[in-house]
Amino acid sequence: MFRFVGDPIENMLGQERTDADIDRLREQLGLNDPFIMQYWNFLSDALRGDMGISFRQGRPVVEILVERLPATLELAFVSAIIAIVVGVILGVYTAIRSKGFVTNLILTLSLIGVSLPTFLIGILLIYLFAVELNWLPSFGRGDVVQIGWWSTGLLTSSGLKAIILPAITLGLYQMTLIMRLVRSEMLEVMSADYIRFARARGLPERTINFRHALKNTLVPVITITGLQLGSIIAFAIITETVFQWPGVGLLFIDSVQFVDIPVMASYLMFISVMFVLINLIVDIVYVLIDPRLRIQGAA
Amino acid sequence: MERFRSFLASDFFYAFKRAPVAIVSFCIAAFMILTAILAPLIAPTNPFDPSTLNLMNGFTAPFSKNDFTGDHFLLGTDDQGRDVFSTILYGLRISLFVGFSAVLFAMVLGVSLGLLAAMTGGRTDAIIMRIADVQLSFPAILIAMLVFGIAKGITPPELRNEVAVWVLIISIGLADWVQFARVVRGAAMVERQKEYVEAAMLIGRGRVAIALKHILPNILASVLVIATISLALAIITEATLSFLGVGAPPTQPSLGTLIRIGQGFLFSGEWWILLFPALTLLMLALSVNLLGDWLRNTLNPKMEK
Repeated sequence: MFRFVGDPIENMLGQERTDADIDRLREQLGLNDPFIMQYWNFLSDALRGDMGISFRQGRPVVEILVERLPATLELAFVSAIIAIVVGVILGVYTAIRSKGFVTNLILTLSLIGVSLPTFLIGILLIYLFAVELNWLPSFGRGDVVQIGWWSTGLLTSSGLKAIILPAITLGLYQMTLIMRLVRSEMLEVMSADYIRFARARGLPERTINFRHALKNTLVPVITITGLQLGSIIAFAIITETVFQWPGVGLLFIDSVQFVDIPVMASYLMFISVMFVLINLIVDIVYVLIDPRLRIQGAA
Repeated sequence: MERFRSFLASDFFYAFKRAPVAIVSFCIAAFMILTAILAPLIAPTNPFDPSTLNLMNGFTAPFSKNDFTGDHFLLGTDDQGRDVFSTILYGLRISLFVGFSAVLFAMVLGVSLGLLAAMTGGRTDAIIMRIADVQLSFPAILIAMLVFGIAKGITPPELRNEVAVWVLIISIGLADWVQFARVVRGAAMVERQKEYVEAAMLIGRGRVAIALKHILPNILASVLVIATISLALAIITEATLSFLGVGAPPTQPSLGTLIRIGQGFLFSGEWWILLFPALTLLMLALSVNLLGDWLRNTLNPKMEK
């Protein structure tokens, strides 16, 4: 791989290098070994949790990743919460009042929202809230508090302020998606027989809407939301670049530009593990939420 | 001419005439494509010819005269005195070129693999569709970035800027073929059961001929719908990659590169360097998206989505 992807030594050593330096570093990194040996070393190290040394920073990749991870996970978490809460509320509203002016407005806006690239939304928000109104910071995480190895920005007021814009930017696309999904599922469920029966029993609208209709729309919503969580972490690359958020996405973009292969490889491994993990969790949540699946499993 | 007249009388054109959203978005998209093709003729200056640039013209505000030289620029100039209107025209050209080529590449790849999977079945089918499933669970932008990263490593540094646009096309195409393959395979499986295919087999036509001459024309409508929606996606993906600095180089800026450059001037008050490319991109993406939506509803092919 390294044979094709350019010589990392070129990037690591500066202008003032000697041939001896080059040879020493090459030997130290094991780049003189045959290709198969290098791959074997990579695999056996990776299994032991050692992803190699970043070509650019000269530090172990795992250390860098662990340092950057809390920022990305916090951002993804907050934007997922925003996307789910606002998405479900708007979805239910547009389904119940399916012909109002507000509903049409929300639906049109959501179509524009889907067409807008994420980075444009980010720039727009920065312009409005950071440059013009000067309410919120436009970059960085604000102050962070260290809890063990985890650094959190959610406990300080500047950290909370800093996360608002990036979280909205990141969650907006998922929000419109969840909203449309909840809406179409609700509309379908509302015409089902058991809803008509609930109406016939004279139950209040609120009970019908939330206890009967919304509950039955949850399974497809959870499937899509779960899969979208993985995309949120992946799409954080764009948001983190716009807001200079010091997470793993920004790290990945830097590593692509400097051809820092160990960092790129580790990031992609991390994303894959996240995707598998999220799929597993979604499957477990299914069974917890839908009693029908539990009965099937027992029989 | 005869064909054109029958097109005007068709249901499709009738539905088009009745949909104001489709007409407006078609006109905007067509107008943008036309200006992009004719960019060298329309653009008042060639922004990439350093000999025509005057640094004194830098940061001219839109719709007004430059204080030093008295030159007039419609949409203002950037820091190096380049006319923003001209850079947008050239940027639109690159964006559309990459978008169309990437979709074409993805379409050829996806349609052939989809047809292959549907016609052969068995192990070939399983392998192709598993690859598609794996790729589908990753966001397209990540795949494109990965391909771009590898390609960037392979090409020697002095060639990087020249091949960047082609690398971009290939990486977006490789990220987008799955949609085509899945839909074509599904539709071809249905078509294959029909009588006209049986008849064609009976008279002894080869499998390739049946796939290309009999089945493909019958599923072209769904391919067209996906191509339109993919075009909007490809344009946005390209803009995003360029914005992140892993796409079109500054020597050949696309709309995304222009927005990346303009973002730097947001805090110092030169809003026009950012706003006009951003608006152009928004209009382009929105019109193609709306057109794709309308096409899907009108032709209404059975798509898995």
